[in-house]
This record gives sequence, C-alpha cells and structure tokens, in this order.
Amino acid sequence: MEKFNTHTGLVVPLDVANVDTDQIIPKQFLQKTERVGFGVHLFHDSRYLDHAGTQINPDFVINKSEYKEASILLAGENFGCGSSREHAPWALQEYGFKVIIASSFADIFYGNCINVGLLPIKLSEAEVEQLFKLAPDAQLTLTVDLPNNVVTCGELSFKFSLSEFQQYSLENGVDSVGWTLDKLDTIKAFEEKMPAWQ
Amino acid sequence: MNNSSPKTMYEKLWQNHLVEEAKGETPLLYVDRHLIHEVTSPQAFANLRFHNRPVRHPERTIATMDHNISTRSIKIDAAGEGAANQLRALAINCKDFGIELFDMGHKNQGIAHVIGPELGLTLPGTIIVCGDSHTATHGAFGALAFGIGTSEVEHVFATQTLRQNKAKTMKIEVKGNVGAGISAKDIILAIIGKTGSAGATGYVVEYCGEAVEALSMEERMTVCNMSIEFGAKAGLIAPDQTTFDYIEGKEYSPKGDVFAQAVADWKNLKSDTDAVFDAVITLEAKDIKAQVTWGTNPGQVISVDGIVPSPEDFSDPVEKDSCINALKYMDLTAGTKMTDIQVNKVFIGSCTNSRIEDLRAAAGVVQKYEGQKVVANVDAIIVPGSYRVKEQAESEGLDKIFIDAGFEWRLPGCSMCLGMNDDVLEEGDRCASTSNRNFEGRQGRGSRTHLVSPEMAAAAAITGHFVDLNA
Repeated sequence: MEKFNTHTGLVVPLDVANVDTDQIIPKQFLQKTERVGFGVHLFHDSRYLDHAGTQINPDFVINKSEYKEASILLAGENFGCGSSREHAPWALQEYGFKVIIASSFADIFYGNCINVGLLPIKLSEAEVEQLFKLAPDAQLTLTVDLPNNVVTCGELSFKFSLSEFQQYSLENGVDSVGWTLDKLDTIKAFEEKMPAWQ
Repeated sequence: MNNSSPKTMYEKLWQNHLVEEAKGETPLLYVDRHLIHEVTSPQAFANLRFHNRPVRHPERTIATMDHNISTRSIKIDAAGEGAANQLRALAINCKDFGIELFDMGHKNQGIAHVIGPELGLTLPGTIIVCGDSHTATHGAFGALAFGIGTSEVEHVFATQTLRQNKAKTMKIEVKGNVGAGISAKDIILAIIGKTGSAGATGYVVEYCGEAVEALSMEERMTVCNMSIEFGAKAGLIAPDQTTFDYIEGKEYSPKGDVFAQAVADWKNLKSDTDAVFDAVITLEAKDIKAQVTWGTNPGQVISVDGIVPSPEDFSDPVEKDSCINALKYMDLTAGTKMTDIQVNKVFIGSCTNSRIEDLRAAAGVVQKYEGQKVVANVDAIIVPGSYRVKEQAESEGLDKIFIDAGFEWRLPGCSMCLGMNDDVLEEGDRCASTSNRNFEGRQGRGSRTHLVSPEMAAAAAITGHFVDLNA
C-alpha cells in the first residue's frame, strides 16, 4: 500500500446522500480476478447515458470539464452504503481520487478505503455543507494533511481524526497482513485455549 | 469495564475472541469461520501467491459458488465468460490452498448464507466473516457475523484473525406478538422503516423481545440478514432452545459430549439482564403490518395498506430530496395506493428469503388463489437458496405447485438479487422481490425493485399488484 502524507487537489461535489456501492461500481463490472480495470466503470449508470458506457452523460458532475482534474470527492451522508465490495474503493482510486470527504460513511466501505490507502475523512454536517457551498464552479482546492489531521483551504481549516492504527497504517503504507503475521505466537497461544466446539 | 460488570452479548463475543489489544493498534479478533465465494476472493488469493503465504486454517474456510452462477444450467460456462473465469479461478484457488469447495451441482452448494446454517457450519459464540455484506444473517445464531472487503479476506486467509474497532451497541426490542400473516420480512422492514437506512451505522444490533423469540431459525435469519440495510455492522439474536435444536445433528455441527459442552457455553452468551446498550429502540409487534418498499433504499418502506408518500411528508431536507429522487426513479406518484402498483416481474429468492419456510409460505399463498395462475404480463421466478432447499421443496411437491401456477422453478444461486448472472431486469421493469436491496440499478439498469415478503411476492405474481393479504 502506498504511503499517504499530504495531498492537495481539486474538489468535485457529489451532493447526493446514500450513494451505495451498486452506484459506485455496478455488479456487471465485478467479474474480474484482478484489482485493476474498475476506474473506467466508476459511477457507470450516472456517468454514461447508455448501458455500454459509450455516451458520456454531460450533466453528471464528475464529467464536467472543470472537474476533470479532481482528486478529492466531496460526498453526501452515508456514502458507500450497501455491499462489502472492495471494488468500490478500487474504482474510486483508479479513477484518480485520493480522498473522500463526507459527514458519514458506511462502516464496511470506510474500512475498505483505509485498507487500500484511499483516505476517508469524516467532517461534521455543517463543515460538509460549508464545503458544498464553496465547491461549485471548480473553485475549491483543498490540502489534506494526514499527519496533522487537518484539511485546509486558505483561511479555512477543518480537523478530522482516524483511529491511531488506521492513521499509522496509512502514513506508513503498512502491510497489515505482514504486521499481524509477526504476532503468530500470540495467535497460536489464543488457539490453544479455545474450547473443542469452537 | 471490569469482568464482573454486566455485558451485552456483543461484548461477550468480543471478549471471547480478543487475541490482542496492543497499545496503538486496532484490536485483533479471532475468526472461527470464513465463508468465501467467487467474486470477492480472487484478488485475495492473488496477493497470497504474490507474498508466498499459505491459508493458515483451510479447514476453517468453506467455499461455494453462488453470486455469478446460472440458475438455468449447472454448466460453469452458462453465465458468461467473466463469470466462468471467476468460477474456475475459485476452483483452482481452493485446490491449491486446500479449501473445501461446494462447486456446481454439489449437494451442499448454495448461497453462502443459506448453506452455512443448514450444514451446521454456523454456530453460536463464533465469529463468522465473508466477503459479502449479508453475512449478518448468521447473527441469528448468536454468532458475531459481518461482511468484509477483499483485503480483509486476505488477512483472514493468512492469519485467521481480523482487526476491528469496537462498535456501539443497540438493542431493538419487538414487544408482544405479531398479527396473523405477518412475516419476519415485515418485521425487519418495519424496523428499517423506523430507523432509516443508516440508523444503525456504527452499531452492532441485538434483536430481542417476544416477537423475536417466537421466530423460527429461518425467520431469525431473515431478520438478521437485513441488519446491514440500516447500516449495522452485525445483527444478533440470543441463542436459545430453538437454536440448539436446529443445530443438533447437522452435518458439520459438534457431536456428542462436545455438543453438550457447546450448548452449556452457548447458554451464557445472552446479554446480562442489566447490560447497558448505547441505544435502545422499541416496536410494538401488533402495529407491524405487511410491508412494501416504495423507494430506492430499504428505509423507504410503508405498510401495504398505505399510500406512496409525498416529499412534503418529510421535514428533513435530505430525506425530502431522497423522496423526490426515489419517486422519479421509481416512476411513482405520491398518494398512489400501494395496492394499485402493478408489477411485471416477481423474484422469490436471495439469502434473505430462499429457505424452505419461505418457499412453503409462498406456495401456501399460491394455493389460496385456488388454481389461478401467474397473471399474463408477469414473469415470476423462484430460486431456492441451495440444492438442499431445492431437494426438500421438491420432496414436498412445492415445485409442482409453483410450476402449475406458471412460475419458473430455477436452480439455486444469488440470481436476481444482484443480477450478476443473466437474471437481470430490463429498463423500466417493476419487480416484487424478496431480496434485500432496492437500490437504483441493483437488479438491472433502470429497473425498479419493491422489497416484500415471499407471501406478498407470490400474491403479486398471481394478481399483478400488491395485495393486503390480511385485510
């Protein structure tokens, strides 16, 4: 996993609540055995006018030319609800997003983002609303400083937090499996005490 | 919290599985059972290979083919090239890593959340994970069960553990008894209608109360299955005699003295009387009527004797906007009677409602219509949750009842719940579905899903619209 330190990027506002993982990456694109090839299908049903994905929907905010370079997604509440598919953060990441900001995320999606190195930032509803007011017309560039847990834009600054280990993992690009495998003796000791039925 | 203070069932499960809580690290929990399928596992296996790591406990892992498979043929190629590639990859991965696989046509094959319980793989007091959000189903047994992403699938493969931050706890008590004809699906939809589709985000939910205790194991599975649909990490129901009776004698369940010891341990799992929950929600069972969703998330649900709501009914601006968008997508007009909504597709199946009791309930409704058939403009399919369910249903003659009435009787799989195979709705189709998600495009681009019980789906197939069966 790549390390995350600071990131400065353009914000694209997707002012819709409850964007589920079926909207982020529809099921017909999950039939891959690799981790790549999902970015082109991100938000497929909104992004394209046709099922085959050949006609761009010019009204969908992400397709607007002024947001072409966006790398920070500002989203409505309960973003990423629905299925556990990690293909959703893979698709967002491959499209070019480094950071997702919302007032709330679905639990599984949030954990999946951390595990792939895509930074989910929870801000208060009032702060997210303030950002939505600033974001139209491609006016908003934010700097996300993970080590200091702050999002800034000129005079504005918003604090955010992650759990201690999630923060450490993202900053250091931790191989979480390798990290746990270093504790194999502790796991084995736990297994020896388990009841027979377990 | 010290050891003697009253604990919730979730806290007990947590404590019993806590391998390590190191300073500065997310707590490490032991995983007893890992269910895998073809869609969310290949990239995890690929990473194991890349790092040259084995699966630590292949015997704690069980694989099935369910998401992608055809319901018309047991041939691996029957649902297209992409599906076949994933199915073949699963077979190779299971062989290489020593994992037991229920592949196409195997007597134990079926939807992961149907076969786990019916084979006795699902036990109280365990942690069960699967790369699928409806893993919460297994919480019906008092197992802490939740969906995980592919990176976590890899972590479980390699270590048999997971890192999890502790969730908050919510008690949902359904007091008293439900009226005649009210199903478990109606109970859970009514709960989600009350909490909203994100009402339990950050929580593990425990369902309790007389109405919950009265449910059969299969009904409890239907309730727990949809925990994720209001954001809960997991749903739990305290194991009791109903649970123990269900498990005893199943193919993979503990036997003899080990089973007796297990039951003794499982009896201690229930939340202590004075345990404190972070949130409590109470419903009166007698107020729950048959439910139908009208919108594009499971929280947008109403009683079948109600009308399609208007955006004006919602004071919260987000809910108001969601209502406007949902009515547009669903092509519904506020004020329309739910019983006037016409459907052209019916799907009875999915990990929510594809077990034998669901099929019996649907067949019972079909029989009440005495010889009437699926109405001319409706296509209705029945997809059993597993080969065991299919075989049981056929031994009871349920398949005949359905086929004679004009339903299609299919092979087991996830099917139209998510439409990864060819069981997909067309644009503009309106479906009465016993599945768990009515998201935009879920069953096919531009298609419209109404979530209902098996009884309601059967009635909609025969009449072409929703019916208040209890009126």
